Amino acid sequence: MSETESSTSEVGELSRRPGRERGRDDGKFGRYGGQYVPEALMPAIEELADAYERYVLNNEDGFMDEFRERIADFGGRPTPLQRADRLSERYDTEVYLKREDLLHGGAHKLNNALGQVLLAKYMGKERIIAETGAGQHGTATAMAAAHLDMPCTIYMGERDINRQRPNVFRMKLNGSEVKPVTTGRGTLKEAISETMRDWAETVEDTHYVIGSIVGPHPFPVMVRDFQAIISEEAREQVIERTGGLPTDVVACAGGGSNTMGTFADFVDDESVALHAVEAGGSTLEVDEETGVAPNSASLYTGDEGVLHGARTKLLQDSDGQIMESHSISSGLDYAGVGPELAYLVDEGRVDPVAVDDDAALEGFHRLSNTEGIIPALETAHAFGYLEEHHEELGERVVVNVSGRGDKDLDAAIEETDQRDVANAPDMSMFTGGM
Amino acid sequence: MGNSEAIAAAFDGGPAYVPYLVVGDPDYDSSKAYVEALDRGGADVIELGLPFSEPIAEGSTIQEALVRSLDAEMTPDRFFAFAEEVDVDAALVCMTYYNLIYQYGDSEARSASEASGEAASTGPRPFVERAAAAGIEGLVVPDLPGEEADPLREACDEFGLDLVFIVAPTTRGDRLDELMGRVSGYVYVQARLGTTGARDDVSNQTTESLDRLREYDVPKAVGFGISTGEHAERIVAGGADGIIVGSALVDVVADGVENDRSTADVADRLEALSRELKEGAERGYRSRAETVESA
Repeated sequence: MSETESSTSEVGELSRRPGRERGRDDGKFGRYGGQYVPEALMPAIEELADAYERYVLNNEDGFMDEFRERIADFGGRPTPLQRADRLSERYDTEVYLKREDLLHGGAHKLNNALGQVLLAKYMGKERIIAETGAGQHGTATAMAAAHLDMPCTIYMGERDINRQRPNVFRMKLNGSEVKPVTTGRGTLKEAISETMRDWAETVEDTHYVIGSIVGPHPFPVMVRDFQAIISEEAREQVIERTGGLPTDVVACAGGGSNTMGTFADFVDDESVALHAVEAGGSTLEVDEETGVAPNSASLYTGDEGVLHGARTKLLQDSDGQIMESHSISSGLDYAGVGPELAYLVDEGRVDPVAVDDDAALEGFHRLSNTEGIIPALETAHAFGYLEEHHEELGERVVVNVSGRGDKDLDAAIEETDQRDVANAPDMSMFTGGM
Repeated sequence: MGNSEAIAAAFDGGPAYVPYLVVGDPDYDSSKAYVEALDRGGADVIELGLPFSEPIAEGSTIQEALVRSLDAEMTPDRFFAFAEEVDVDAALVCMTYYNLIYQYGDSEARSASEASGEAASTGPRPFVERAAAAGIEGLVVPDLPGEEADPLREACDEFGLDLVFIVAPTTRGDRLDELMGRVSGYVYVQARLGTTGARDDVSNQTTESLDRLREYDVPKAVGFGISTGEHAERIVAGGADGIIVGSALVDVVADGVENDRSTADVADRLEALSRELKEGAERGYRSRAETVESA
């Protein structure tokens, strides 16, 4: 057997794991998923589904070999699984951290962005577009596009641009154009709609790199497959390290790419409890007067509906209008969630939980001052959950550190200053007078 | 080839002029006057936009109109009341996004299901039933491709509504066959790639699309980018059975809002532009007939 054949069969074996078969054929996860997009985009989506099958599932032309090589050399995989000694002591349980914050760019987003930009290249596309909320996906896409020499335009809500200036600068440094979106509240939901509009006009030579497991088929399965490398490594690492599976896996959930990437290879391990931690914002109640959900907990509180190409769980009013969501973390600030997660929640396989802004901020400081890791505010929700619910968890917990918090330092200063966060440093030198 | 006799009649014996406005833009009463003005201007079918918060197929002109309407508290129930109250001869078609159709009646279904402990029976049927009762003759749903449309198509067949599909410049081969097998009433021929919006010229993608559709026996109405009588004339002369005009009319409403014009003034402008578009379409139809005769 030649080396190529050998690596092809190994890659094939990994991508054929049972937990990753779900939704591949028709993009349906029970009642969720599907393809709800303007007709003009359907041929491109069919072309993408065909490319996904050929290159990602069947490793045609050695696509997956090249992806794995690039995500190792350019991306820095595998990321470590680190034992968190002080958190383990604090919670009297073994806590392991999957360090996606150490991936190039500082977040798990590169797994998917690199995979899709490379796929676009194999498909002969000439231009990349993407949307971004917190800027992590935009940054990862801009890096991947620069690395693979593809022109790239990123849509970003105006409000998010103001919240995430360092990431905007990073995208521009990598040669991407950043287009502000001023419609609606100027956050991720509006940026996605705007990117879809661009795509409707340029579909023949442009690939839209969707940043999460949302959107029309094949995006939810394809993004999951690129992100599943997180759980693939974490599962092997935890077994190697401890001789067994974890009792619990915890990941924060916005659109759900980090969540599903962390859960994918554990879904079939029925002894492992999977906890998706959503942004509970300021409250889980909806403000009926303004029609605003002061949270982003669409798995926990949302209703079934159709948004941005898929049927899934959404924050919507009784007429079906999509609500404005809220989170201290712009990366979680989205009114929908991936259809596969919606399905796994309905099936009882994934436990949807919500952590409010205050608890997330506490988690941000907790990980920073106990373990020396400053997490993204998205990730901080998972640690807020750990602090509040550790007594309900088993003896071995894996938490995904989905991204690092450098991008969130301005927001963290501002939000900490507005609250009484017990484990925060003295804020006086950072605010007022400085 | 269709469920609605009114829509079939609109395309019978001449070019159909199909204008679009957003119901409730900028408010309920004004938009009633505007829709009635379109009717006086010669509309054969009127597409009434029911606003959705995430209109991914629309350009900025219509998106802003949808926002104005939502700000004026438009809802599906008020939309249906509007369809019942508006005084027009043209056949009415509702253009909206699938989530509103899917969600309508769902909250009741959900409370019933919570009471019974069974899964909610969601689906498009309650919306279609209500639309039929309000006198709506057809539906256009820009984010619903043929693949996901069977439940809606069944409900439309049950209540006698047409389900109009959009054919894009990128729709070819088997997709085109399948889509055309599902169309009823008329097919909405998207004149060019992109989102809705008035343009200075019409695309040569239109001619290609009409050529591809020639063999299908269903009325072909061309939309996206038509804004003048001259556009209408050329498109109908090129083989279209009708023209769909949205953004150019919505621009007139937006101009009224920006310049604080009276409702009557805006209505007059809409009626005049409608007449120009309708007459352009008729000129195109006559020149096509003459071409056929001389051949």
